[in-house]
Amino acid sequence: MKTLKFFVFFVLVVTASFARADEAVSAGPYDPVARGKYLVSTSGCHDCHTPFKMTDKGPAPDMERALSGHPEQFVMPPAPAPTGPWLVSIAATNTAFAGPWGVSFTANLTPDKETGLGKWTAQTFTETIRTGRHLGRGRQILPPMPIPVYRNFTDEDLAAVFAYLQSIPAVKNKVPAPRPPVPATAAVVPQPGS
Amino acid sequence: MFHRFHICLLTLTLAVACYSPRLLAQDTRGLPMHLGDTGLYVGSSLSQVNPDVLPFSPQYALWSDGAAKRRWIWLPPGTSIDASSPDAWDFPIGTKLWKEFAHGRALETRYLERAADGAWRFGSYVWSADGKDAVLAPAEGIRELAAPNSPDASYTIPSEEDCRACHEGAPVPVLGFSALQLSPDRDPLAPHADRQTNAVDLRSLTSRGLIRNLPPELLAHPPRIAGDPTERAALGYLHGNCGNCHNNEGPLAVLDMTLAQRVAAPSASNAVLSSIVGVQSQFRSPDAPAAEARIAPGHQDASVLALRMNSRDPLQQMPPLGTSAVDAEAVALLSRWIEGLNK
Repeated sequence: MKTLKFFVFFVLVVTASFARADEAVSAGPYDPVARGKYLVSTSGCHDCHTPFKMTDKGPAPDMERALSGHPEQFVMPPAPAPTGPWLVSIAATNTAFAGPWGVSFTANLTPDKETGLGKWTAQTFTETIRTGRHLGRGRQILPPMPIPVYRNFTDEDLAAVFAYLQSIPAVKNKVPAPRPPVPATAAVVPQPGS
Repeated sequence: MFHRFHICLLTLTLAVACYSPRLLAQDTRGLPMHLGDTGLYVGSSLSQVNPDVLPFSPQYALWSDGAAKRRWIWLPPGTSIDASSPDAWDFPIGTKLWKEFAHGRALETRYLERAADGAWRFGSYVWSADGKDAVLAPAEGIRELAAPNSPDASYTIPSEEDCRACHEGAPVPVLGFSALQLSPDRDPLAPHADRQTNAVDLRSLTSRGLIRNLPPELLAHPPRIAGDPTERAALGYLHGNCGNCHNNEGPLAVLDMTLAQRVAAPSASNAVLSSIVGVQSQFRSPDAPAAEARIAPGHQDASVLALRMNSRDPLQQMPPLGTSAVDAEAVALLSRWIEGLNK
């Protein structure tokens, strides 16, 4: 019996030491930029914040303008009125959205100091996502920005997203201001948490 | 197997729960469910304010769509406020503040308390129509409460996030209770000025030992915003209504625009002026897209700050929350000030 107990103990110790060795090989220091890149690449950020362009293979994200939002030179005409249940119109660049809230343009998330997030801090970014308010205390962030989804990120992951956004090339692009809703289609903007 | 001690303890607990239903009534934020349990009133009166609670009236009041407001503070016995940092007072653990909002009748009382761990807790209590109770609102607030005497017949209870948006933009979450706001040298032109009976100020707080380490200079020469009477009132209004978010210390320092006065910095007014007068704004008003400066001297209709104050379009209004009606008196004051610049 004593021999069996010793054998079990020996196996456990050896297994634990291998586990620790495995952790030491695969863990490595935490890299928030790498984590942020992974999150941005898998959470749909490029879908709306990187303008699409037409290629010979069809529409594709224009990575030379990665995450720079709606191109300022693309001045959008008045949006078509919604018809019945078809409430939303989307620009071909996938960066402008017209709905009951008016017209929203996706933001420049690059670190350009004048037109992007270059002057922001991790705190203002996190508070923006958590509250759904610009800079955490301004106007509401408009649809279709999925604040109700992204506000569930942990603080660490939001900080990682911000760290990655601050590391990408800065693109000077002044995204136009949102447009108010046309009276006939006006509706209450969904509030965070409602 | 129950010991007799356990049976006695269980019985006692059940008795307390049955006969004192409000004793255990707290929400997950640790706030009492009823305003009457916060210590503002004597017993369950909801009308007779506790004599240990101190009324106060900031000289530059926050615009709340014309609501009549009363404010109080309570400090635990034997404690005092450390005012050694004149623009960021350190309030003792257990400090409580209340602010009542009324349109015809009391609608809401906001509550702020400093918990044992030093953090501040925020809550709003909604009054019943008969005035017999005020119950803690949910953390997400209440969007449209029926309020016949309010500007648009409805009233909004802010969410806790809304509370923190303003209160956590300032150096200290306590707003309106500061050296400038409680200065005995009150501004006669401050819009919506009111003063509660027996309201405390800097001198009475000092003489009662309720603040300590206040620089003597601030008692000898009470804080006063520099400038002619109109500029003093305009800058004071901006301090009280905008400076809690727009300052150089909080999260919005990234905007390089301060509207906050600082009694410890004699040049604070200059810092405000130099950050807005003739300074390019990033914002363009859809109503006046040619307006480019935050303040265009002599031209209030070309001043983005004034345009945004005069709007309640959710995409451009300033402040962005807490008000749904333009403060016409304040807009007129700011306009007079802007038109008088450079003259």
